[in-house]
Amino acid sequence: MSESSDLLDETDRRIIVATQGGLPLVAEPYGAVADELGLDVDDVMARMQRMLDGGLIRRIGAVPNHYALGYRANGMSVWDVPDEDISEIGKMVGDLDFVSHCYHRPRHLPYWSYNLFAMVHGRDRDEVSDKVERIAKLMGIKDRRHEILYSHRILKKTGLRFTA
Amino acid sequence: MPAVQAITEQERALLNSYQRDFPLQARPYAAMADALGMDEDALLAMLRGLQERGILGRVGVTVRPNSAGASTLAALAVPPARLDAVADQVSALKSVNHNYAREHDFNLWFVLTAADDAGLDQALAEIASTTGLTPIKLPLDAEYHIDLGFTL
Repeated sequence: MSESSDLLDETDRRIIVATQGGLPLVAEPYGAVADELGLDVDDVMARMQRMLDGGLIRRIGAVPNHYALGYRANGMSVWDVPDEDISEIGKMVGDLDFVSHCYHRPRHLPYWSYNLFAMVHGRDRDEVSDKVERIAKLMGIKDRRHEILYSHRILKKTGLRFTA
Repeated sequence: MPAVQAITEQERALLNSYQRDFPLQARPYAAMADALGMDEDALLAMLRGLQERGILGRVGVTVRPNSAGASTLAALAVPPARLDAVADQVSALKSVNHNYAREHDFNLWFVLTAADDAGLDQALAEIASTTGLTPIKLPLDAEYHIDLGFTL
């Protein structure tokens, strides 16, 4: 458990549960959430600001459906890079504007030798593979091996959820 | 496959400007409308239109991973003939919230959540016994990019 979740009380959790699925598209959405939960609107906004400041809420914003907008290719690029360089390489890759997620994960030898994951989106596979080539060039000899795992089906996607 | 949806420049500007920093004030849509030179009602109508066309998923909060428990990425190498059946078994689990078929020997990739790490191992053991396949567990060691949306 992280520190900020220790600071999360029951009311905070209820606010997260009520807002992660979407704020209502009405003029005073926080007021509507407050009414639904039987809370004061200023309290709801103050708690959300505190959770934002503490990093528990990463962002509040519009979540577009990239697939509907034509971003049809989603390539999970996976990389075998030297462990001692991973932090530096990870930051460099994570800073690229076309990388939406970049993670260090453990290898699972002998079945899985990759330790860096970078999610790359594009309108088609050529666009994704061009972007992955740009990453490979940046890494130079630190790229010992890489692959792109294209998704051909999204079977379930509900977002990371708190449950009530 | 559903058709690719076209959007207007104004809609694109709206989506690009507010994937983060949605105003935390009593009338956020009025503040957004001001910034974009629109009025509040027109902006709300635009958001509803985007939602009806399937372009906007939601306007809401995104929570940091692992802040309310444990989660991990996991993968299975499923014999291709069994992929659909195994994918259904995995998707049916409440602890699974993303499940993607990918082109690789490891062809099924999913994110598991549980109250704690022991809960993750229990769910993975359950998957192993239901499917007869051994998942690899690939939890997050470090994150190098804070997901703040990306420019459309």
